[in-house]
Formats: sequence, structure tokens, C-alpha cells
Amino acid sequence: MPGGMAMAYVFEFTWILQYAPVLLKGIAVTIALTAVGAGAGLALATLCAWIRTQGPRWLRVPVVAYVELIRNTPFLIQLFFIFFGLPSAGLRLGEMQAAMLAMVVNLGAYGAEIIRAGIEATPRGQVEAGLSLAMSRLQVFRHVVLGPAMRRIWPALSSQVVIVMLGSSVVSQIAAEDLTFAANFIQSRNFRSFEVYFVVILLYLALAVILRQALRLAGERLFSRGRAQ
Amino acid sequence: MPLIAITDVRKRFGANEVLKGIDLDVAAGEVCAIIGRSGSGKSTLLRCVNGLETIDGGSILVAGTHVSSEDQQLRALRLKVGMIFQQFNLFPHLTAGRNVMLSPMVVRKMPVGEAEDLARRMLDRVGLGQKFDAYPDQLSGGQQQRVAIARALAMQPLALLCDEITSALDPELVNEVLAVVGELAADGMTLMMVTHEMRFARQVCDRVVFMHQGRIHEIGPPDELFSAPRTPELRQFLGSTAH
Amino acid sequence: MIEFSTWDILRNLLLAARWTVLLSAVAFLGGGLAGLLVLVMRTARRPLPRRFALGFIELFQGTPLLMQLFLAFFALSLVGINMPPWLAAGLALVLWTAAFLAEIWRGCVEAIPRGQWEASASLGMGYLEQMRHVILPQALRIAVPPTVGFSVQVVKGTALTSIIGFVELSKAGTMITNATFQPFTVYALVALLYFVLCWPLSVASRFLERRLNAPHRHH
Ligand SMILES: Nc1ncnc2c1ncn2[C@@H]1O[C@H](COP(=O)(O)OP(=O)(O)O)[C@@H](O)[C@H]1O
Ligand SMILES: [Mg+2]
Repeated sequence: MPGGMAMAYVFEFTWILQYAPVLLKGIAVTIALTAVGAGAGLALATLCAWIRTQGPRWLRVPVVAYVELIRNTPFLIQLFFIFFGLPSAGLRLGEMQAAMLAMVVNLGAYGAEIIRAGIEATPRGQVEAGLSLAMSRLQVFRHVVLGPAMRRIWPALSSQVVIVMLGSSVVSQIAAEDLTFAANFIQSRNFRSFEVYFVVILLYLALAVILRQALRLAGERLFSRGRAQ
Repeated sequence: MPLIAITDVRKRFGANEVLKGIDLDVAAGEVCAIIGRSGSGKSTLLRCVNGLETIDGGSILVAGTHVSSEDQQLRALRLKVGMIFQQFNLFPHLTAGRNVMLSPMVVRKMPVGEAEDLARRMLDRVGLGQKFDAYPDQLSGGQQQRVAIARALAMQPLALLCDEITSALDPELVNEVLAVVGELAADGMTLMMVTHEMRFARQVCDRVVFMHQGRIHEIGPPDELFSAPRTPELRQFLGSTAH
Repeated sequence: MIEFSTWDILRNLLLAARWTVLLSAVAFLGGGLAGLLVLVMRTARRPLPRRFALGFIELFQGTPLLMQLFLAFFALSLVGINMPPWLAAGLALVLWTAAFLAEIWRGCVEAIPRGQWEASASLGMGYLEQMRHVILPQALRIAVPPTVGFSVQVVKGTALTSIIGFVELSKAGTMITNATFQPFTVYALVALLYFVLCWPLSVASRFLERRLNAPHRHH
């Protein structure tokens, strides 16, 4: 009788000690994935944002297509396509490589939109002033436009990085050994499903809070010098 | 008994004491102008009377009941005292008529038909009977402010608090609003109004209150205050307002 | 192995996509209603409901949706409810959607000038009356574009329910892949179908936003 079982259920958390190494490894993998995804993803995003706003015209269409395609399909499917689908097109990736690639591609598209909005909010006079000082378009972008644009959209970009970190939990589905994978592993051993997922969800919450703070501090550092007016 | 009795009212924002013990009684039917430099606490005083700010000391009684921060009492108070703001604060998603009808229907549970009649009467009273179906952004600033007055009047308040209600208006629109206020005063409405329109204050008000640094610095009938200011602060203030 | 033509694959995926649409609609509508409740608590004057709403939002925005799905699935099994995947999926998605919509809408509520609160308060309205008649009607107008935009996230979010065994578009993709061994084609088609569902919503959101920002009248 299920009702009686529910009454008799006793919560059990002693397993945490036993499985601490598994959890720690999962956390490390999640952090590593997020770091790579954020670093390379933001680089890709900046490139795409540059192409969309001032890059060569013939490149804009593919970039728009990429951004729209990624933003309008689930990360899970992107991951499956990369990991399961690409091998038949000749590209075979390990689960960590596939997970990283998926995260970079995903953040690249979202970041591109955010950074583009920041760039487009640049006052026209800034660009004209730069050009009038005989800078090239690329130089104006690098030295005049990008810094203030990044400062403007840093909060939005930070939230997107947190979203990508949380979204990375699905890489467990291609057996990349992240924190969610660790949770699945532990609960398959001790059958304490509720407690395991409860603890792991709190770990994610802590990671999100810490990551958000770290990004805020990083933003303050990055943009404290040369603060415009 | 005064309609509004303000006794030793104190209000601070953090370390900044904005009202430093205000005593003021306003009788029913009295028109009271509050003048003073920007930052002297005029708005804060009005907002305390309407319970938009909670006071840190002293007491405010309106028609015998205390202004408190307790929700039920606060709402009862606001049925007695209406407020008109510098920025009009009309509800932009409602027509002029609906702006006036809303509170009688929602708060007083008045049926639609009755509320509509009331709204038409109130809009007529401020000279805007024909603007019943206009939205706020289709009206001039002066017209918007008159709708705001009609909206407050629809709640049949015992007193109206007016905070610089012509300050946001283009100069040519000021008089149409002042004319409405003048009529209200003539009809016996109790008014506490913060204003920079010295000529109007002189003509219409029974009493003028000069506030300075969170205190009532001078108070008296307009003729006395304007023609024979006793303190250098008031003299300087009147000199600077170029009248 | 059964022979599947591309058309067979597409047809099966289309059938499964109905469940994606249905689940998205349920999550969006249920989440919208629950979100409204969270919003009212989040903007309440009393600290208790405000803190509860804050915690709720933090919990659902600060943790992976996948974990929420797992937890819903196992938590309800724990109290003896025999949890069908669709129920766990629906529950988790509704709560997740509610948290995000409440936060989006809070931004819209806070964009309403303080004078609107003060004017309605000075007319004797209570908190709920102010919300109902003055604040929400204005906030809803500016909330439409980001709300439509978020519906895209909801549709994509439903893909995760495949992991706890709800058979929708993504799960069908995996099942068909296992039967056909054509992951490239199948997942490309799955992605295409999601795109067909999501892209119009994205476009609509952008269009609405542009229209809102254009010079306008309120009617
Ligand atoms: N909400 C508030 N928070 C902090 N300080 C305030 C607030 N409202 C008013 N003040 C301060 O109180 C003082 C008096 O303001 P106010 O009553 O608006 O003056 P007045 O209407 O005479 O110009 C000013 O110094 C102002 O900065
Ligand atoms: Mg003022």
C-alpha cells in the first residue's frame, strides 16, 4: 500500500559522504564545461555580432541563419545532432567534445543577439568621431564600440552564461559525466532518488549563485577602468 | 474643531529630517497656500496628510480620525481627502470619463450608470464635459490636470491637497486650471495647496504658510505675509520669485 | 530493421509534435496563471509573501529544468502518487514557467510610474484594486512582447520532458533513431519541426516589441 509506504519513508542523507568524490567530479566537469562554453562562446558571439552589425554583407545571411536556428531549437536536440548525427557526416566527437561544442554553439548564438543589441545602442557620434580620427572600421569597433557595448550588456550576458550552465545538465544524456550524470549514477546505486536529486538541485543553486556573483565581480573589474563619462 | 489638525509632525528620510515639528490647523472651507523653497518639505507635508508617507512623530487628524499606516484606516482617510499631483497621474489606459468613474465604481461600488452620470457632472464642472471619451494623451496638460481634479472630486472629498498642480504646465495653460481651483474655493471646498503662483495665492487663499527648512517659518493672511514679511528668509524668497 | 522513408519519419515526428504543442500550451497557460499569483506576492507590501515569491523564483530560475523534472517525478512518487510522466512534466513546467513569467512581469509592473500607484492610492483603492484596475492593464501591454518571446523557451523546455519518459517530439526522435539508425536525418527533422514551432513566435515577439516602441496612441 503506497500510502503506508509514504508514511514510513525515512529521509536518508548519509550517502553524501560515501559519494562525495563522485559529486565533486560532477561539479568539476560542469564548471569546466561552463568555462569553455562561456569563453569560446562569447568569442564566437562577439564575432557574429560584429559580422551582423558591420561585417561583410555576404557573411550576414549565414550568421543570421545560425543565430535564428540555434535560438529556436532545443539545446537537447542540438546536442543529440552533434553527438549522434554528425558521425554519419564524418565528424565523430567524444561526449565531452560534443558537449563543449554544443555549449559553445548555443552561447555563441544567444550572446550574438545580446552583444548586437549593445552595439546598436552605441551613439552614432562615437563611431563618427572614431572614423574622423582616421581609424579603420575594425579599429573603431575594437577600440570605441566594443568596450562600452560590453559594459552595457554585461548583466544580460551574465544571466545567459548562468542559463547555459544550468542548461548543461542535459549533457548527462550523452553520458558526459557532469553533475547531473553524477546524480543519476548515485541514485541508480542507492535508490534514494528524491534525496539525491534534492541535494544535487541545491548544489546547482549554489553554483548558480556563485557564478552570478563571480560574473558581477568580473564585470566590475573589467569595466572599472576607463569608465566612460 | 479644525478639519485637518496637524500637531508636531516629524518626518525623516534616513538621517535627513525633512519635517521638524509642524503644527497647522486647517478649518473646514479654508483655503491654505503653502509656499517655500524647493526642498523645504512642502510636498512631504501634503503626502503625510494623505498617508502616502508615514510620519515619525506627532499626529495628523482629519475630521477627527487619526492618519495611521493601518490599511483600512488609510483607505477611510483617503475617502475624505483627495490629492492632485504635479504630474497629473491620469491613468493612460482609460478615457477621461473612465478615469473619473473608476474609483467610485471600485471603491464605492457605484453601479456603472450612476458612475457615468457622476463623471459627466464632474467633467462638466471642470469645463470638460465634451472630453468624456478622450484618452489622456489626446488632451493638453491643462485639460489633463482638470480631469485629475474631476477625478478627485468624484470621491466627494472633504478636502483637496494640491501639490504644485500648475508647475508642469505651459504658461498659457496655467490659468484654466487655476480658474477651476478658484471656483472650488468659492464653493467652499477645503484646500491645502502648494503653489508658486503668488498672485493666485493672494487672491484666493485665506491663509499662507511659508515653510523653511522643515519648519513653518511664517504663517498668516496673504496680505500680511506678502506686503509685510517679518523674516528675512520670507523677504528673500518673495524677492526671488519676482512678483 | 524496418525500412523508413523520410516521409515516414516526418509523419511520425509530426504526430508526436502534437504532444509538444499540447504540453507547451498547458505549461504556458498554467504557468501564466501561477505566475500571476507569484507576481502579486512578489510585489506585495507584506514581507512574508514577498519573501516566499522571491525564494520560489530563485529556486526555479537558479536550478536546471531537468533537475526540477527529476525532482517532481520522484517527489510525487515519494508521497505515494504513482506519477505518470505527463503529470510530472506538466507540473514542473508549469512551476518553471510561472517563475520566469512572474519575473518578466515584475519588470513590467516596475516600469509603471510610481505616480500611478500614488494616484490610485489617493483615490482610496486597496492593493488588489490598484493592481487589477490601474497597474496590470498598463503592465500587460508592455508585457506582451517578452511574454510571447518566453513562449519560445517553453516550447524548447518541453524537450527535456523526453528524459523522464514523456513521449513528445524529442522522445519520438530518439525512438525513431533507435529504429532507423538515421540520427542525422531524424535529429535534423526534429530540429526543423521545433524551428517551425518556435520561429514564428520569435518573429511575433520582435514585431510586437517594435510596434510598442514606435510612436503610438493607447488605443
Ligand atoms: N522619498 C524620499 N526619500 C528620500 N528623501 C526624500 C524623499 N522625498 C523627499 N525627500 C527629501 O525631503 C526634502 C523635502 O522634499 P519635498 O517635501 O519634496 O520638498 P518640496 O516639495 O518643498 O520641494 C528634500 O531634501 C528631499 O530630497
Ligand atoms: Mg514638492
